[in-house]
Amino acid sequence: MAADNRYEEEEEVRTDDGSPITKPRPIVRLGIFLVAHSPVFSVVFSAAGVLALLLLPLLAKNTYISENALMPGSARSMLSNRDASDGSKLVKDIKNFRLNHEGQGVEVQRLIGKYMSEMVAEVYYQKFQPEGNQFHPLHFFSGPASYTLLGNVSCASYGVNVVGIIRAPRGDGKESIVLVTPYDFINGGDYEDLSLGIVSSLFSLLSRVTWLSKDIIWLVADSRYGDYRPVAAWLAEYHTPSFKVSDLLKCDELNTADNFRRAGTVAAALILKVDGRSERFEDILSIYADASNGQMPNLDLINVVNYLAVHRQGFHVKVEKVVSLLSSSWLKIVGEIFEAVGKVANTLNPDWKFGIPAAEYIEGSATLASSLYSQALGIPTGPHGAFRDYQVDAITLKISPGFPPDSKARQHDFFLRGSQLLEGTIRSVNNLLEKFHQSFFLYVLTSPSKFISVGVYMIAFALLVASLPMVAASLYVDGCKALTKSTHNSAENFKSWKWLDAAKQVFALHLLGFIVTLLPYFICQVPGQHSPRNRSIMWGTTSSLLLVTFVTIPGCSPFSSRLHGTNWAILKSVTISAAFIGLCLMSIINFATAEIGALLLVPTCLLAQPIKPALRSRRVKSLLGAFCSMVLVTIGFPVIFFAITKGLVGEGLVGLSLGGEFWTWLESLWAWKSATYLYIGMVHLPCWLLCVCILFHPS
Amino acid sequence: MARLVRSWILLLILQSFLVSIAFGSKEVEEFSEALLLKPLPDRKVLAHFHFENRAPPSNSHGRHHHLFPKAISQLVQKFRVKEMELSFTQGRWNHEHWGGFDPLSSMNAKPVGVELWAVFDVPLSQVDTSWKNLTHALSGLFCASINFLESSTSYAAPTWGFGTNSDKLRYGSLPREAVCTENLTPWLKLLPCRDKDGISALMNRPSVYRGFYHSQRLHLSTVESGQEGLGSGIVLEQTLTVVLQPDTTSVERNTQPSWSLNSLFGRKVVGRCVLAKSSNVYLQLEGLSGHELKNVDSEIEAHKLWKNADFELSLKPDRVLREISSFLFIFDIEKSSDSEPFDLGLTWKRPSKWLCQLAPLHASRFLMGSGNERGAIAILLKETESQEKLNLTNGRCTIKVNIFQIFPWYVKVYYHTLQIFVDQQKKTDSEVLKKINVSPSTDKVSSGMMEMMLELPCEVKSAAISIEYDKGFLHIDEYPPDANQGFDIPSALISFPDHHASLDFKEELGNSPLLSKFKEKSSVRSYTEVLLVPLTTPDFSMPYNVITITCTIFALYFGSLLNVIRRRIGEEERFLKSQGKKKGGLKQLLSRFIAKIRGRPIEESSSSSELQSSVLSSKLIFKIILVAGAAAAWQYFSTDK
Repeated sequence: MAADNRYEEEEEVRTDDGSPITKPRPIVRLGIFLVAHSPVFSVVFSAAGVLALLLLPLLAKNTYISENALMPGSARSMLSNRDASDGSKLVKDIKNFRLNHEGQGVEVQRLIGKYMSEMVAEVYYQKFQPEGNQFHPLHFFSGPASYTLLGNVSCASYGVNVVGIIRAPRGDGKESIVLVTPYDFINGGDYEDLSLGIVSSLFSLLSRVTWLSKDIIWLVADSRYGDYRPVAAWLAEYHTPSFKVSDLLKCDELNTADNFRRAGTVAAALILKVDGRSERFEDILSIYADASNGQMPNLDLINVVNYLAVHRQGFHVKVEKVVSLLSSSWLKIVGEIFEAVGKVANTLNPDWKFGIPAAEYIEGSATLASSLYSQALGIPTGPHGAFRDYQVDAITLKISPGFPPDSKARQHDFFLRGSQLLEGTIRSVNNLLEKFHQSFFLYVLTSPSKFISVGVYMIAFALLVASLPMVAASLYVDGCKALTKSTHNSAENFKSWKWLDAAKQVFALHLLGFIVTLLPYFICQVPGQHSPRNRSIMWGTTSSLLLVTFVTIPGCSPFSSRLHGTNWAILKSVTISAAFIGLCLMSIINFATAEIGALLLVPTCLLAQPIKPALRSRRVKSLLGAFCSMVLVTIGFPVIFFAITKGLVGEGLVGLSLGGEFWTWLESLWAWKSATYLYIGMVHLPCWLLCVCILFHPS
Repeated sequence: MARLVRSWILLLILQSFLVSIAFGSKEVEEFSEALLLKPLPDRKVLAHFHFENRAPPSNSHGRHHHLFPKAISQLVQKFRVKEMELSFTQGRWNHEHWGGFDPLSSMNAKPVGVELWAVFDVPLSQVDTSWKNLTHALSGLFCASINFLESSTSYAAPTWGFGTNSDKLRYGSLPREAVCTENLTPWLKLLPCRDKDGISALMNRPSVYRGFYHSQRLHLSTVESGQEGLGSGIVLEQTLTVVLQPDTTSVERNTQPSWSLNSLFGRKVVGRCVLAKSSNVYLQLEGLSGHELKNVDSEIEAHKLWKNADFELSLKPDRVLREISSFLFIFDIEKSSDSEPFDLGLTWKRPSKWLCQLAPLHASRFLMGSGNERGAIAILLKETESQEKLNLTNGRCTIKVNIFQIFPWYVKVYYHTLQIFVDQQKKTDSEVLKKINVSPSTDKVSSGMMEMMLELPCEVKSAAISIEYDKGFLHIDEYPPDANQGFDIPSALISFPDHHASLDFKEELGNSPLLSKFKEKSSVRSYTEVLLVPLTTPDFSMPYNVITITCTIFALYFGSLLNVIRRRIGEEERFLKSQGKKKGGLKQLLSRFIAKIRGRPIEESSSSSELQSSVLSSKLIFKIILVAGAAAAWQYFSTDK
């Protein structure tokens, strides 16, 4: 960007003098060339960016175990039928217990605790409070240390986690591996019991083995208040205990005071869930890995689980995908084109193997889209997100058994396989001397065994945003020319300050965006119960009022009449620069958000042009341009885009409920401290507003 | 020749005579071996080997030893060691189940890895040098990387928190040292019978290292003779503490597993070490039910003691000693031989449960916080069901707790952030803190150390101490090979100076070093866990990327900087103006660019240049196509098989 400006200035100097010069250096010439032909190049780059995005499923590589110490599957499983029957016994006992006692107190927890202590584990119970999600504008990017106890503790609703720790016989107690089974103690279904069965089979084995070097913690999380909250509460107590008196301790007969135990630094965590029967006969294992703000666990962890599940235990492994994309016809066409190109390339040179079958391409794209979407949203897809806040690699394994829950024969086999999978994974992690660091942290998955690393997927983004500085530079030159023509005042002609007015306006609108971002916090503070719809209306009106106020402040408003000479080209140039900086910053924080944001913002910014002259000129080309920019600006409005995405996913929205839905969605974003919220408020919204300004610029 | 030999022999006889006179006048070197076995409440068995070697004071230089290992005596003489203890430990001592109040646990529950402390008898200025030399000597002697304790960043000089009040004390520990048989072999070499005979013959390596905990310890102290001109004697105490899990065949989970020496170690004792003055095997049984304690006077009752409804010993004990809460069966292994090996066994008949004596407070230490920047170290003291707690000072019942911990320099501890919570109430320092001594760390020079004495009320339920720290950055060559594992903070030592662990026997003790050791009053000590701090670690696996990126940045930066400094744009312009008056092509090219930027049709005047440029560009395109074609062809033919 700066370099471009420099070339620009050099160009300026020469043309002002009007003197013939010898050839400047090639890089300068290239810069001038790019800037000069920016319309062409911006189209080419943007198209290439989109194409590169579409090409990503083709460029996906097969996963491999990067860390040699993991050695998955190299040890024979020591799990015996006896262990599996231990698990069956626990499940049976819980079922019987439930039949006899109707969801009372903490008796189920005690039962599980009893089982754990029989397996020579150290057992304790932890009470926690289901905490309401509150918006704290300054808590973005702050660590989980900002966990605060609520003042009013009510004994009416609290959860109790059961935790068992197996100490490694000869270990030094510096590290531990955590197993989590979310379990609803009050109304857990039959399938949930199975997850307890699997882990207790495993626990029964681990209490005997001698190869453990890290302690094993089994956390039975009370999922009455969601899967995430109990795990987060346990982790907070594990890492940041307050040492203060908690009123929660007095609540029940179950004495949990002061017996919280720890087992060193957590090396990795596995969350096991069993739910719902799969449509197929075989058992399906789904892997969820996205934590907050698009952070992913180390790829090796997924690789180990995937390797063991596929090659040892015969699970059908899958990751989430956007189902609606599977049947989309345009993706099919794209896939077929790529397949044909791949075939042609293959005939030219048999070594060029980049073509994949169209069906595989569609599958890959649907998975990729889902990966990108969940990363962009920045909301963790499961309790593993809580671990990521403490730099612990964690994934959720969700198993959908292919049999009805009352089938005893298959249940035993299911326990055996499930706990062998966990045993293998734990054994691999147990082998690790160092923490996970060998493999990738920045990647997107296109299938459980295929991934795209950061080096590949950032090409698409780089191509998309590459056109922005070029266009900005060329517009700036353009605007300067126009200004020089319109004003002959030498003082105002001082060229390096020409962008200052425009920058002021852009800054003002970004400030507005910042304030609008913070507004929900104050709206939440408004006393009384309000529906999400009302709140969103409140937000909308205050924001519009603010916008009006800003517009009327002279000097800040893009429409201010004082500077009638303000060129829209310079305004657009500064807007594009701001968008470029915002996108680049966001790509560091959360790549997927930046990628999707760029897809939306780059064409909007590039095509934004005053519609007045276009209407005046009545030429088809300019009218088309104006129409396109209108459409893009409409789509670019966050609410509209939200509605469109919802529609694409397949959830229809009625007009009035849209506001409420949008509010709820945003609320979830800030509750999870998603940087996407900041991006929408502080980059997307101001840039969108500026584009609107340019669209209706009185030039 | 013969004369020479004769004179030699004469000399030797004379020498041995002199030596025997020297020793005969005082004491002689003594060696004793003992093994203590103790069933633990959690179905495990503790075996504690104890060897003591005494060298009496003597005045001869370069003296000859009969039993005492020469290596150790040289060590003591060379570095003037007054007292020293070295321990190699693997596994964690389970304070809850294996006890924390008896002398056995407070002396032998050691932190993971290597721990070394030594008191020197040299001027204060030479202490550090002696320490460094000692670490190297021990490193060679015991096949361990004790020499890493040489660096001033890894040891500390505790003043009072360690228990021994001396300013010539140095303490260091290596938590990551892997302990294995290579450390045991040199340790065994110091014994007169090695592991060939006597009790040490039981040390079957697979059995020892299969255990849940093993700690080998070497403690030496010099005994001043008090006489003028006489040197000091040395007492070398070697212990090996192992916690083993007997193989259980019985399905019943409640009964304690029965065991014998053979089943525990896979070997039997076939005789004593003939050089040992005493060789005994002790069996300590804790928490026997109360009725047995009353009537153990007569011989029949004593017989009942080792063969009763609860358990049965396979051999008749030579003596039975009573302690407040335990019994000690003493066996002499002198009678055992190859034909009749000594194989003590214990068979449990009924399920029995008992509790160990626990330390007044149970200590655990953990890290708080997350991320690569800040954190806190917390020590949590929790009440236990300990019997002995009362210590009345000024009419108030208090427990005194000493905490001693070392912080490596890269853990930058902020001592002012020390917070103390007693029973979940925040206390000011003056309320509970009796004494504190802090020596802050210096970056890359010395480690930090904290000694503090707390005085807690007896009825305390829990106490927590937390102290915040920053994580430092290491230089690239300071990272160990497995940097991504994280860095260790050595164990903290928690001791209770007012609580003394000792076994109080009612009967008169024989001449047994082990038992007299147990009878000595020593303060209760326990070590906390080792902590693992993840520090920011550079990506060592990517030097290539780092080099290329750095070089690129440097090239770009210096290139543009040089341009800015060196080039004078104005001068160049003038020069070009004067030179390029004739050529007008580029000016037209530029004007065309600007015309394009403005979006206006190109003026007529530039048509010629446009033609020229189009010719140029077509040439360029032709060239590009040529090169691309050549590349494609080369690719095609080079890869086509």
